[in-house]
Amino acid sequence: MLRINSPSEMVEMREYCQAAFARQKIRFLVCAGTGCIAGGSLEVYEELKRIIGERGIDVGVELLFEGKESDAGVARSGCHGFCQMGPLLRVEPQGTFYTKVKASDVPEIVTATFDENTVVERLLFKTPDGSHAATEHDVPFYNRQQRIVLGGCGTIDPEDIRNYFAVDGYKALAHILGNLSQEEVIDIVTKSGLRGRGGAGFPAGRKWLGCLQAEATPKYIVCNGDEGDPGAFMDRSVLEGNPQAVIEGMAIAGYSVGAQYGYIYVRAEYPLAVVRLQKAIAQAKEYGVLGKNIMGTDFDFELEIFQGAGAFVCGESTALTLSIEGNRGMPRVAPRPRTTEVGLFDKPTILNNVKTFAYVTDIINKGADWFKSIGTESSSGTAVFALTGNIINSGLIEVPMGTNLREIIYDIGGGIPKGHKFKAVQTGGPSGGCLPASMLDLPVDYDSLDEAGTIMGSGGMVIMDEHACMVDVARYFLQFTEEESCGQCVPCRLGTKQILEILIDISKGKGKKEDLELLEELSHSVHGGSVCGLGQTAANPVLTTLRYFKEEFEAHILEKRCPAGVCKELISFKIDEERCKGCTLCARACPVDAISGEKKEVHVIDQALCIQCGVCRDKCPKKFSAVDCVSPKIPVTPKEKMEVS
Amino acid sequence: MEERLSAVLEPFKGKNNALIPILQAVQEELGFLPEDAMMAVAKTTGIPESQVYGVATFYAQFYFSRRGKNQTKVCSGTACHVKGAARVLDAFERELGLSCGSTSEDYEHSLENVACVGSCALAPVVVINEEVHGQVETSKLDKILATYKE
Repeated sequence: MLRINSPSEMVEMREYCQAAFARQKIRFLVCAGTGCIAGGSLEVYEELKRIIGERGIDVGVELLFEGKESDAGVARSGCHGFCQMGPLLRVEPQGTFYTKVKASDVPEIVTATFDENTVVERLLFKTPDGSHAATEHDVPFYNRQQRIVLGGCGTIDPEDIRNYFAVDGYKALAHILGNLSQEEVIDIVTKSGLRGRGGAGFPAGRKWLGCLQAEATPKYIVCNGDEGDPGAFMDRSVLEGNPQAVIEGMAIAGYSVGAQYGYIYVRAEYPLAVVRLQKAIAQAKEYGVLGKNIMGTDFDFELEIFQGAGAFVCGESTALTLSIEGNRGMPRVAPRPRTTEVGLFDKPTILNNVKTFAYVTDIINKGADWFKSIGTESSSGTAVFALTGNIINSGLIEVPMGTNLREIIYDIGGGIPKGHKFKAVQTGGPSGGCLPASMLDLPVDYDSLDEAGTIMGSGGMVIMDEHACMVDVARYFLQFTEEESCGQCVPCRLGTKQILEILIDISKGKGKKEDLELLEELSHSVHGGSVCGLGQTAANPVLTTLRYFKEEFEAHILEKRCPAGVCKELISFKIDEERCKGCTLCARACPVDAISGEKKEVHVIDQALCIQCGVCRDKCPKKFSAVDCVSPKIPVTPKEKMEVS
Repeated sequence: MEERLSAVLEPFKGKNNALIPILQAVQEELGFLPEDAMMAVAKTTGIPESQVYGVATFYAQFYFSRRGKNQTKVCSGTACHVKGAARVLDAFERELGLSCGSTSEDYEHSLENVACVGSCALAPVVVINEEVHGQVETSKLDKILATYKE
């Protein structure tokens, strides 16, 4: 294929690719994100190719460049975001949006599309009012979103760079190479108000300017794809769904500061992202938009993938660069120069999150004012969240900054399933906190979340209903940070351990009243005595749960009761005599044989043997729901008389 | 061991900052990082043994003992935790007869819990040999595991 030899040739290439798209009268886009693949989307893809081919319809898997007309195209796209309803399939140009598609549904879809010019209604998304949503625009999950970073995910084939060219890919890079100086590029980024999407929200323009002004060479561009927050997968989806946007953004950063080399740091847990990036880099080099003499200019930019080896702390900038250099990822001790001055291999380095780079191309193409017009005064643009947990519509969403939590959770997320009650929303992962129902009108931006005691983070948003125990959630996060602490700062290494032990005691009903004060005191010490963000924010989950859910801690300590029915040491399972129909399902499933009772007899749990695994409750048929969880614990009474010793 | 690893280490010759990719390649080849492999890495790269060991033990990706043919990873990310990951892990422990972090004597199965595999919308999630299983129900583990048992 043609190598692009000058920035102006990009226009031809784009038109060429757009024409190839136009030649496909009907286009099937099968979601090939990790979630949909787990649900069997690749089988759907194979079946589509087979059935359409069998019917003698001219099917193109690749885009056509020979001026030939094609009746149908079948492509794998990146993540559409609505992972919970996967596998997803979109039929263009109508935009018909099918959910939970199985390979066995394919013949029906093909017949409806080609023979009857209709849609398969039963596979359409059913809105809460009972109507069928024909396209994504009719689905409440999508129609309140504004997708910029996620825009390309789900519409293009991430493994074919020509798809990206067709949707204005590398237009921004061609534009700056042909027309703009380094300062002019940085000026646009600064004026757009783009803040780092890794969580801390440092202004990207200021960071880039710092790196441009640094004198040492060579300079490096590093993309932080070490998405370590449990409960987050935004970066994964962007890397898998639109890798070229990240590469282009990095190349633009490279040009603007005079860097010729970049690294993309990806978690080893994301094998698909690594494969897609490898392909994307190879294709970009082939077309001359990456590597030596990009688009025939004297700008060189090489890119290498570095697979992280699994350490949460490596999301911290200095730890990440040390890790690339082949060391233990232990953050450098403060005071230290900025990474923009002394970063990777001690050279000036720009380190930004995946999404930050992915925004850049649109900002260059559409202008700083366009980006600034979205979101709030201090936080411009959109925010990407992985909306998960106890929520009806789970998936990846993108909304303007400043959208309030209620809108995200109820309008987009559809609320809490099974008629349960909303209890808390957790943002920012282990560095963030839990907010209660009273905070639902809080706008989501860097500053508002900070004031409320949590952080924006890189975008995890986990919803919890009344069955989540806040002591358990705090314990969960502290267990995470205690394990992930690199160990060099004593307050973090030992402080998180102490906090965790107190939380475990409370969850076991061994907490003391004065523990709550001690928890706060320890939290402040860990915050003040740690060198990096991990330690400084480690106590946030404890402080926010204490601030908003204190009564729950008190119930555990004073009444030995876990109101949510989670903490094993404080709960018992009990079979209701009225509702039990003696079906024996629970007794047969009990792993410790603690349940007795014959067929058609009310069953009884022996509390002395019960391990609170909850299997009996899971097994009990929904129509009976005879197993209750009670707290405080039912005291175990000895079965036989015992002699006084 | 050095001979066995020479092919693996070949592409990294002359690179002075490639310790982590080297360890990843060695683990890919051997399944884990035995002590003599780390010694061999130290010898070929000239990096002190202590540093090789120090780096290897810092990261969760590296294993120091042989693992099972089938590797079950129970995700314990936040979304999975909220949706009952702890009970899923308990259930796998019982079903496989293994405690978390251990390998069966016949090296058929290993069981561990991992921080987050990034498939949160499908919580609770279990990954067995790179295959993602979503919305796992504790009452259906035997079905999931059946495909991995001979």
